[in-house]
Amino acid sequence: MKKRLSAAPFAVWMGIFTVVPMAIVLWFAFTDENGAFTLRNIAEIWQYSGTYVDSIWMGALATVICLVLAYPLALSIARKAEHVQRTMVMIVMLPMWMNFLLRTYAWMSLLEENGLINHLLGQIGLHWSIINTDAAVVLGMVYNFLPFMILPLYSVMAKMDNRVIEAAQDLGSNNWQILRRVILPLSAPGIVSGVTMVFVPAVSTFVISKLLGGSKYMMIGDVIESMFMGDGCNYNVGAALSLVLMVLMLICMSLMRRVDNGEDELGGMMA
Amino acid sequence: MKTLSKIYNGIIFTFLYAPIVVLIVYSFNDSKNRVQWGGFTLDWYRDLFSNELILESLAVTLQIAVLAAIISTVIGTMAAVGIFNMNGRLRRAMESLNNIPMVNPEIVTGISMMLMFVAIYRATGLLQPGFATLLIAHITFCIPYVVLQVMPKLRQMNKHMYEAALDLGCTPFAAFFKVVLPEIMPGVITGALMAFTMSLDDFVISYFNSGSTAQNLSVTIYSMTKKPVTPEVNALSTLMFGSVLILLVIVNARQVRDLKKQKERR
Amino acid sequence: MKKLACLLAVCVVCGAFGGCDVQPTKETVTLNVYNWGEYIDDEILDVNALFEQETGIKINYKTFESNESMYTLLESGAAEYDVVIPSDYMIGKMIQEGMLAKLNFDNIPNYKYIDEVHKGLEYDPNNEYSVPYTWGTVGIFYNKKYVDEADLAQGWDILWNEKYAGKIFMFDNARDSFMIALKKLGYSMNTTNPAEWKAAYDALAEQKPLVQGYFMDQVFQKMTNEEGWLAPYYSGDGANMITGDDGNEDIGYFVPHQGTNLFVDAMCVLATTKHQKEAEQYINFMCRTDVAVANAEYICYSTPHTEALELLDPEVVNDPMFYPDEEVLDKTEVFITLDDKTLKLQKDLWIKLKCLRTRPSWWPFPS
Repeated sequence: MKKRLSAAPFAVWMGIFTVVPMAIVLWFAFTDENGAFTLRNIAEIWQYSGTYVDSIWMGALATVICLVLAYPLALSIARKAEHVQRTMVMIVMLPMWMNFLLRTYAWMSLLEENGLINHLLGQIGLHWSIINTDAAVVLGMVYNFLPFMILPLYSVMAKMDNRVIEAAQDLGSNNWQILRRVILPLSAPGIVSGVTMVFVPAVSTFVISKLLGGSKYMMIGDVIESMFMGDGCNYNVGAALSLVLMVLMLICMSLMRRVDNGEDELGGMMA
Repeated sequence: MKTLSKIYNGIIFTFLYAPIVVLIVYSFNDSKNRVQWGGFTLDWYRDLFSNELILESLAVTLQIAVLAAIISTVIGTMAAVGIFNMNGRLRRAMESLNNIPMVNPEIVTGISMMLMFVAIYRATGLLQPGFATLLIAHITFCIPYVVLQVMPKLRQMNKHMYEAALDLGCTPFAAFFKVVLPEIMPGVITGALMAFTMSLDDFVISYFNSGSTAQNLSVTIYSMTKKPVTPEVNALSTLMFGSVLILLVIVNARQVRDLKKQKERR
Repeated sequence: MKKLACLLAVCVVCGAFGGCDVQPTKETVTLNVYNWGEYIDDEILDVNALFEQETGIKINYKTFESNESMYTLLESGAAEYDVVIPSDYMIGKMIQEGMLAKLNFDNIPNYKYIDEVHKGLEYDPNNEYSVPYTWGTVGIFYNKKYVDEADLAQGWDILWNEKYAGKIFMFDNARDSFMIALKKLGYSMNTTNPAEWKAAYDALAEQKPLVQGYFMDQVFQKMTNEEGWLAPYYSGDGANMITGDDGNEDIGYFVPHQGTNLFVDAMCVLATTKHQKEAEQYINFMCRTDVAVANAEYICYSTPHTEALELLDPEVVNDPMFYPDEEVLDKTEVFITLDDKTLKLQKDLWIKLKCLRTRPSWWPFPS
């Protein structure tokens, strides 16, 4: 009985600092500047529906690329000796300790028209105009969130029982069949949590599109930011936009969770 | 197949480290220009220690990270123990409460807190946006990480050990500190480390909650990326990267040692 | 033990909160100053440090990127400042909304140095709220290596010239971008006619495929590194872009013949301040001749300070980029505060423009 009480500070803290703020967002979303109830903000969001679709699409693209890039890497890490695994995981995590704005900013000097990559490509007579395009934004997302895909995948794969794979081999499966029938289903929880950890921040980013996309195409995060900190200056619409974003993300997430009913693998991330 | 996988891993690691190499190289570049190489210099490292704006933000960042890590670890560990002993609906409610900041887009979390702090400040004059609000925001998004790290360790623990300690005459408090805490300590430490990292690197939530008086490093860097970033920042991040590298090597060595111990115990 | 830990945590929290809310000591006042980026001498004379040294008042100096972002932040109450340095039309808006405090000019004797030309302007007709800090015009910076001098005769239309597609930068704020479009179309930049605003939006939307990106101060480095060839920006930044340490001598500047915006940035005190006297002291300090000279030399925007003007390098004062002649000035307009309806229209059109995709986004990679 007493032990349960030790969660009391947590309940109070999280209640005040997450539930109440959510309620305030809800309140702002359904009131006008004078505090009277209105549905106008929600109606006004309709004009940003295209931006929601674009942001979700770009986030999804970045997530898929992350998954495709991370899967073989995670698999190869998981199949190494234990001390090698530790070192490699550390190498994956290390970039996350450098300020993410600075890393993104460094990509700018790599990708620019007269940047490093184009200097190198110029030596062999090529040129890559990527800076300030959607492609650069997707690249920035993939770069920034790739470790969040690798780590959960790895932690699930590392726990996989090698004997299952051996059994499949003994029963005459080839490598491709083992991957499809054994490894893929077993790593599903890792895929789910990896996708979640990449998709949500990618869709809602507002910095990457500013630095690498030259603020040319606003993502939904940019619109929300501008409502609170920039040209837009309308908290009510901003709150409504946030609310819709939150609901959309929850829908995406529960769709993902339906694929997998396993427990949250986030806990294994740092292990 | 093996060489193929080696090449592939090499490509991915190059991708991950390319911008970091760029940053480190430019911290020694004798030109403010982002693209041109103007020769080797250590000037930016010297200038760094006289740049008040950067040093002040560094101080704020470290203070916030340390305080947020300590407080969120205490609250989070207590919460994990509490939640672990709950059942049914209450437990599920607590777990979803814990999940809110994890699944919510960061920008929404940041904005919702900003709206609340402003409302409180307007109504009561308390909690002027600044250091305090920044700290509260950081603690709030750090707690879930601690809870998620400690929970699995509690699950792994042998439940009877705590009961045995009680039977042998320990008070519940003593039993917790002498029996439970040592068992879950690895989780607590990783949780604290994770909270510290998250706080150190956070930008989005800090951006909306730092007020006029307490900007952390990320917010300062953001205001700089709008104009040419001064290379002092590159120098600072190189230094920070270096210290983190050393720290991680130590942690890694410790983990490897633990691993060996576990094997011996088995 | 656990209680102890809790107690400790509580102490830490209280300490942190207390240490922050309470003013350090009674004697040291902290002034929060909010200014544009790169808009004060913080290297040669280090104006803020000098002020701290002379008065013992501490300066907490932060910068903003555009009038709108500054206004939004102040409006939200997410941060508090004492002294701000917005532009003309924003000052007008803030006066209307009661956000600014009336100044006591007895505390600002150096106000006498400010040129009469810059007093009594529309945004603050009775000179009650603001002290001019700098002024300037908006023109187009271009790279002489790539831009044909003959095309400059097109004025603002050069920014719509397909020859320079992908090499054009635009302002990342609504008022300046719409100013360009309105001027190009021959309208007043202060128009309240929705049809004219919509026409300006259409022009900007038509231009969007040619634009590489929308930037504010980032444009310095983008231009000097020759990432782009054409960028409309504030005249005062020419010094940074062309003659500065990292400048690029190939960059030139011209004011389009259709006329442009004449802006004034002025120092104001916020109504919420608790340190009005110190704030006025700071403004007076900024108007002191040596400080005004230092600032004018460092930031290179045109100074309204008569005595400082005489002490500046004659080469700068005679440069038409910084101190344009009558012919150019005659065609300039000053922004006035727009009414709420027009402002809302401008905001909506701007965000619509920034969200507008000029090609399908489903495949962002070059095919």
